[in-house]
Amino acid sequence: MGEVKLMKGNEVIAEAAIRCGADGYFGYPITPQSEVMETLMERKPWETTGMVVVQAESEVSSINMVYGGAACGKRVMTSSSSPGISLMCEGLTYLAGAELPCVVVNVTRGGPGLGTIQPAQSDYNQAVKGGGHGDYKIIVLAPASVQEMHDFVFDAFDLAFKYRNPVMILSDGVIGQMMEKVELAEQRPRWTDEEIVKMHSSWACTGKTADREGNIITSLELDPYAQEQFNYKIFEKYARCEQEDVRFEEYMCDDADYLIVAFGSSARICKETIAIARANGHKVGLIRPITLWPFPSKKIAEVAQKTKGVLVAELNMGQMVDDVRLAVNGAVPVEHYGRTGGAVYTPDQVYDALKNKIIK
Amino acid sequence: MAEYIVEKTKENLVYSKTPVLKDNVMHYCPGCSHGTIHKLIAEVIEEMGVQDKTIGVSPVGCSVFAYNYLHIDWIQAAHGRAAAVATAAHRLYPEKLVFTYQGDGDLAAIGTAESIHVCNRGESIAVFYVNNAIYGMTGGQMSPNTLIGMKTATCPYGRDPQLHGYPYKVANFVCQLPGVCYVTRQSVHTPAAVRKAKKAIRKALENSLAGKGLSFVEFVATCNSGWKMSPVQANKWMEENLVPEYPLGDIKDE
Ligand SMILES: Cc1ncc(C[n+]2csc(CCOP(=O)(O)OP(=O)(O)O)c2C)c(N)n1
Ligand code: SF4
Ligand SMILES: [Mg+2]
Repeated sequence: MGEVKLMKGNEVIAEAAIRCGADGYFGYPITPQSEVMETLMERKPWETTGMVVVQAESEVSSINMVYGGAACGKRVMTSSSSPGISLMCEGLTYLAGAELPCVVVNVTRGGPGLGTIQPAQSDYNQAVKGGGHGDYKIIVLAPASVQEMHDFVFDAFDLAFKYRNPVMILSDGVIGQMMEKVELAEQRPRWTDEEIVKMHSSWACTGKTADREGNIITSLELDPYAQEQFNYKIFEKYARCEQEDVRFEEYMCDDADYLIVAFGSSARICKETIAIARANGHKVGLIRPITLWPFPSKKIAEVAQKTKGVLVAELNMGQMVDDVRLAVNGAVPVEHYGRTGGAVYTPDQVYDALKNKIIK
Repeated sequence: MAEYIVEKTKENLVYSKTPVLKDNVMHYCPGCSHGTIHKLIAEVIEEMGVQDKTIGVSPVGCSVFAYNYLHIDWIQAAHGRAAAVATAAHRLYPEKLVFTYQGDGDLAAIGTAESIHVCNRGESIAVFYVNNAIYGMTGGQMSPNTLIGMKTATCPYGRDPQLHGYPYKVANFVCQLPGVCYVTRQSVHTPAAVRKAKKAIRKALENSLAGKGLSFVEFVATCNSGWKMSPVQANKWMEENLVPEYPLGDIKDE
């Protein structure tokens, strides 16, 4: 068993970044995730693993630093919260369009606008439906514990390089700020420059040596038919991701008459709701999508059709509920319950919603 | 008719194209400064023997396709973001040679924050900044550098400072930053200017390799299409109008 510590979610992101052998972190302060960069600056990984940490002048700049680092074949990441992610959307679509791997951690807060600094899940659509312009997808992982904040940094880098695509860890102020026990992985070495040349010199900017042509990282294409072919190609990649990398947690679904679908911090609250409901004689189960894209549509459809109805509980005005409705396709009623703007529901409030909207 | 064949031998070869310049036909308008500046950078890269360790960052602007002409590794950046992209490449590969190549819209308008802060951090990279006082790529709109009274598609009656502010002299601003070691303004409109410009490019790249800080090379340049002039007229107009506003020569050399 690895080292076990009591840590804050945001600190764990920094710790996991160092331990997984990341090459660079580029960020800009914003609540509720500033501890990520603060922890990195305190840990000084450039003196140990050689990891570079840069405080940029804006999120526009930090995501473009990520773009530059990813173009070099390096393992690079950033973190931010809702308003900062809005600024990064240009960079995200360029990263997807240039097929570059990177990890973006989004510790979301309440909006719209400057909004609040309390936890919310109202950036589901921005994360899952794109955010930036053009036909593209980013892989989105939703942690529900400090341990998953740690583990998903490793998984996110693996997925990013498997598909050469950005991966977002969509967390929120609850998971970012709370302290929990976490088992830390062993330190992994960073890739050496020689290893990077071996693995990635077919596409990355590692220096044009005599044995190969110059590599060009770009998302520009003047010919619409060539752009169309490129888009088909990345969507084949996305289809493969939907086949191979859908992740979810299934909780007490075997005998369930009713189903809750919830992700991240909300899923934790809903587990309490299930305890209350079951104590009152209602058999309720939970599906927690872990990959918000690719979405576990098949699993949700399969479980939902054996139930009498589905409640989608999310800390927003109704975003993931659209994807659940598409998955369930009218087989049973699907209702939404949410709170918004940084307000968080209690397990009882979700239970009340369940009774009012689904159990009846 | 008799055929005259000139034999290509080493003795009668006066000029040969550097292999760092690809054979692709350039898309630039005849008379445009971009092509000449590309050639000079390519020659310096060859002469310094650094083709295998150079990473170029191209902008959005007419020179977005610089990557089709210089045979090195290239990263094409979003509009204005080249400096941020180059920062990461330089930090992650400190022993490589990283440069950006940007127009005046890219560097002095949309990329202002990135371009100032890369200088302020003193990243040891070279910035090649092509100031033609107009947005060439999008069809000749006003740039921050457009001269007072100069007509463009978005100031068809001439740039009016009441409406549009004043020409923006980035070089005179960034020279004040301690992270910047070399600031110079060059042009490529005469053979003598070309020779000087090439020396400036070499100095900038050498500074970068030596880790001296950021080198900022501005080229006062022509955009004859955007200016709606012939190449010859454009060179003359540039000398008479643009150069007095953006005087040539070294501004800082430490
Ligand atoms: C975000 C964004 N805004 C606007 C544009 C449109 N655009 C493309 S090039 C350009 C200006 C280029 O001018 P400059 O940097 O001076 O380069 P030049 O073509 O003159 O060399 C603009 C506004 C864009 N591509 N992206
Ligand atoms: S439009 Fe202007 S900057 Fe662009 S290629 Fe033509 S002359 Fe050069
Ligand atoms: Mg221009």
